[in-house]
Order: sequence, then structure tokens, then C-alpha cells
Amino acid sequence: MTITAPAPTIDPTAGPQTKGPLRRALGRFFENRAARAGLLIVVPILLAVSTYSLWWPFSPNAIDLRAINKGPSAIHWLGSDGVGRDVMARLLQGGRISLLVAVCSVAISIVIGFLVGAVASFGGRLVDGAVMRFVDLAMTLPPVIFLLVLASIAGTGIAPTILVISLLSWPVLSRMVRARLLELRERDFVVAARGMGAGLPHLLFRHGLPNCIDILVVYATLQIANAILLEAGLSFLGLGIAPPEASWGNMLNLARSTVVLEQYPWQWMFPGAVLVLTVLAINFIGDGLRDAFDPRSDLS
Amino acid sequence: MLSFIARRSATGLLMLVALSVLIFILLRLAPGDPIDAYINPSSPMSASDLEVLRDRLGLDQPLPVQYLAWLRAALGGDFGYSIQRSGVGVLPLVMERIGPTALLMGTGLAIAIVLGISAGIFSAVRRNTLPDIALSVVSFVGISSPAFLTALLGLYFFSVLLRWAPSGGMQTAGAPFSIADVLAHLVLPACLLSIGHAALIMRYMRASLLEVLNQDYVRTARAKGVREFWVIIKHATRNALLPVITLIGSTVGIAIGGAIFLESVFNWPGMGLLLVNAVGTRDYPVIMGATLVIGICVILVNLLTDIVYAVVDPRIQVS
Repeated sequence: MTITAPAPTIDPTAGPQTKGPLRRALGRFFENRAARAGLLIVVPILLAVSTYSLWWPFSPNAIDLRAINKGPSAIHWLGSDGVGRDVMARLLQGGRISLLVAVCSVAISIVIGFLVGAVASFGGRLVDGAVMRFVDLAMTLPPVIFLLVLASIAGTGIAPTILVISLLSWPVLSRMVRARLLELRERDFVVAARGMGAGLPHLLFRHGLPNCIDILVVYATLQIANAILLEAGLSFLGLGIAPPEASWGNMLNLARSTVVLEQYPWQWMFPGAVLVLTVLAINFIGDGLRDAFDPRSDLS
Repeated sequence: MLSFIARRSATGLLMLVALSVLIFILLRLAPGDPIDAYINPSSPMSASDLEVLRDRLGLDQPLPVQYLAWLRAALGGDFGYSIQRSGVGVLPLVMERIGPTALLMGTGLAIAIVLGISAGIFSAVRRNTLPDIALSVVSFVGISSPAFLTALLGLYFFSVLLRWAPSGGMQTAGAPFSIADVLAHLVLPACLLSIGHAALIMRYMRASLLEVLNQDYVRTARAKGVREFWVIIKHATRNALLPVITLIGSTVGIAIGGAIFLESVFNWPGMGLLLVNAVGTRDYPVIMGATLVIGICVILVNLLTDIVYAVVDPRIQVS
């Protein structure tokens, strides 16, 4: 096969406009100042949290008896807690756990949410009605209440917390997926695929999934921020992640003791600040992604 | 109008029944023997008495029959006994907590509504000026910061550092009851509770008012020579408030979540603190009773919001 010079095309869509929708979305995303700021905050946090054991001298549960409830210093940058553990190390390990819980629970809730949405939209009117009423019901109770009830049954620890948060957060997604798939079902190419005998798995995963990818990506980003908050809230109330394992929430839990709250503010203010910063940054990224994936945003 | 209310109430009732089924199933999923919930811990029973009770409560019956029996008892006000506090029924325990929570949430939401709506109007009228941008930034931070962190920071700054407010509880311990005392304890948690909601209401109000200000009838009012102040207040704000009403209704559910954190930080003797303590001690009858009561409140508030919305915006009933 020889390579010939490309023939001049007369395609009217040629030129700078030929970038694919994904490339254009990415372009829009990087033009968004808030989204870039979000990335600038999240990436260093991610790096620090994932590599800290290589460069930080203290381990999260190592006890330094000479530094009990000591404020920030050259050795312990962010101070130490009531049993002489380094706050910086616990903060980084806590970030690891908080992010692990958030990412895992979002992954699970995406699978559940997509499948429930798919079943509702392709399962016929009766199934649809039943599933959507169940979703309505799951959204009636205030999320925190639901979370508490589930957590009281599941108990504390990393796996139960992931389970509880993912069980709580899929209904919103399944509703969005259902709306998208209902619309997609009537499109010509899906009708054609059906006419040619495509089964449900083919319809869902060859046609449905790629066309929901924007919903899933935006949901995943924003939900990670939400899951971090839910985990922190649970651990703050003494459920969720139990000590001695560190998480941002259970570090804040220390401040429920008046002594820590009043006299050792570094033990709870740093995790609080990192928590809010991370959540804000992820929300910025999520908002940026949502705007970037919205095809109408090029028009304005 | 009446048929709308009837239809909407029927859906609400259905939701209530479904919620009770959900809570019942969760109750049965909880570890432990469900019969524990019905034994008054201060008077232990013999094994044969337990069998009689099990038979009478129908715990040997299939689940749907059990559900009906449970529902009948619950409707009669019998939610069983607290496992942790001997001899205390769930219902009185929950009932004495409703008042404080309603006081805290009511005050917090009232502050949020007044603050949010006025800030939203101000922001929309002065759009894209420095105060508007500053308010937007503040509201973004307000929406993003979790209730437990604002509660901790508020407690730290206003009670510990500045000593402006008492650091918890609903009354000074040992002091005789006085309204001023309760108010002093109420102000800080209520203000902190209102932050997130005020921010959210402000953003909605601003967006909604900006939309309305572009409408023809607003231009007409101005052309007639109506003063700008009255155009904003009478013509624009009245219509801009419509979507905000729905938001306020759905806020109540979220506010209960926030109230849990505030109550546990400020030791406020409400439903939230009851629930958190019950969860901490795995006191399932109390958890379920409190959850059901909260669920009922949320469904009622949603119902009320829909009806209010239908009253102020007659177009709703048509669709």
C-alpha cells in the first residue's frame, strides 16, 4: 500500500471546525478559569496524599511521646494530637481514606444508577413506574437521616461506609440516565439497531452507555465531592471510619471534645480547611465539566 | 383546587405507607431479635412469657402480616420501648424532642428566608457590581461548607474566643426557665443553620428576579412611570418568588440534615441529637421511631409546599 498525497477535500465542515465533540469539550473545559483553579488545587492534594509515605518522616499512627498536644513546629508541621501522633501524617492518610471511600462509593453508585436507569427506560411502562416511584421514595428522606439509619445497620469501617454512601447516592443518577435513555430509545439509529435484532445488552452498552458518558462523568465528579462530605459527616458523628484509622471526618470528630476545640485548634482546623478546599475545587471541576459537555455553551 | 389537593394528598399518603414499609424492612434487617424492642427492659420476662408475647405480636407470622400488626401498633402510638433507657417508650421520647428541633429549624429557616430573599433582590438589582460579586463569592462558600464545620467554627469563634454566646444546651443548667435564656442559647445555632440555606435561597432569588426583570410587564410598569422601588417590590419580586417557594419547601428536608450536626455540636436537645445518640447506642426502636416522625414531617412539608404553590400560581393545577 502506497501513501499518496491527501486529495484536497471540498467538505464544507473541514477546517478548524473538524475537532471532535470530545476535543471541543476539553477545550471549553480548559478555558474555564474556575475549573483550572480546581485542577490546580486537586492535583497537588492527590499527589501529596498518594505519595506521602515516601517523603513524610512520620507515619499516621506512630506515637511521639515528647509531642503530646503540641502546636505546629519545625518537626511536626501541623502539630500533634492527644496521643502524640503527627497531625500532618494523619491528615494525608485521612485524605487517602476519604478519597478512597469517595471514589469507590461513586464507582458503585454509578453502576447501580446506570443499571436502574436502564431497566426503567427499557423495561416498559410498568417497570418504569415502579422503579421511579421507588426512586422518589428513596429521595424523600433527608439524605443524612437515611445515611444514619443505614450506618446504624452496617456498622463502622471502610467497607460498610462505602456501601452505605453508594446505596444512598444512586437515585439521582438513575433519574438522569433514564431521561437520557428514554430520549435515545426513539432515535433512528437505536430503532434501526432494534430492527436488526440487537439485544438489550447491545443496545445498552453499545448505544446507551456512550451516549450517557457526559452525564456519568459530571455526576461522578460532583458526587465525589458529595461523598467526601457524607463520609466526613458520618465519621464526625462517630460512625463511618472509626479510629485509629484516620479520615478527615474522624479528625474533626476530635473537636467534639471541648478541650480539643478550645485549646488545640490545629487538630481540627487543618482537616476542616483541607476538606472544604478539596470539596470546593472538585465542585469547580465538576461545574466546568458540566458546562464543557453542554453543546449549547458554544453558542452563547 | 380541591381536587388538586385531594390528588396530591393521596400521593402523600401513598408515600407515607411506602416509607413505613421501607422503615419496617430496615427494622427487620437490623441485627438482634425484633422482640427486644417490645420488652420493657426494667421488667425482664421469662422464656414462656416471651413466647406468649411473640405470639401476640405475631412475630412468628409471615412478614406482610407482621407489617400490618406493626402498623396497627404504630398508628395507635405504640412504637415499642427504648432498648437503652429502661422503661421509656419511644413515642414520648420522640415527642419531647420535636419542640426544640422545630424551634431551632423554624428560627434558622426564618433567618435564612429573610436574609436570602433580601440579599437576592439586592444582588439582582445591583447585578455585576462589586457588592453583587462579593455576595456571590460568600454564598458559594456558604453552600460548599458542611454544616458540621460551620458549627465547629461558629462555636469556636463566638462561644470560645469572643464569649458572645453560651456554648451549648437549650437553657443554662440549674437556672429557672426564662424566654431570654432560651433565646440566648438559640441565636448562635440558628444563625449557623441558616448560613447554607440563606446562600442557596439568595442564588435562586437572584437568578429568578433577573429573569423576571426582563419581562414585558416590568417594562410596561416602568413606562407607566411607576417608581423603580415599587417595580421591583410589587411587580417583579412577587413573580420571582414563585420558584423560590418550591426551593424553600425542599430546603426543609435538607435543613433536618444540617440540624443533626448543629444539635450534636451544640448539645441541643432535639430530634437530631436523639437520633445520633440512638444510632451510637444501636437503639433501633428509637432510630426507627425518630426516622418515621422525620419522614412524616418531610412528606407533610412537601405536600404543604405543593398546595401553597398551587394557591399562588393557578397555572400549576392545569398541567
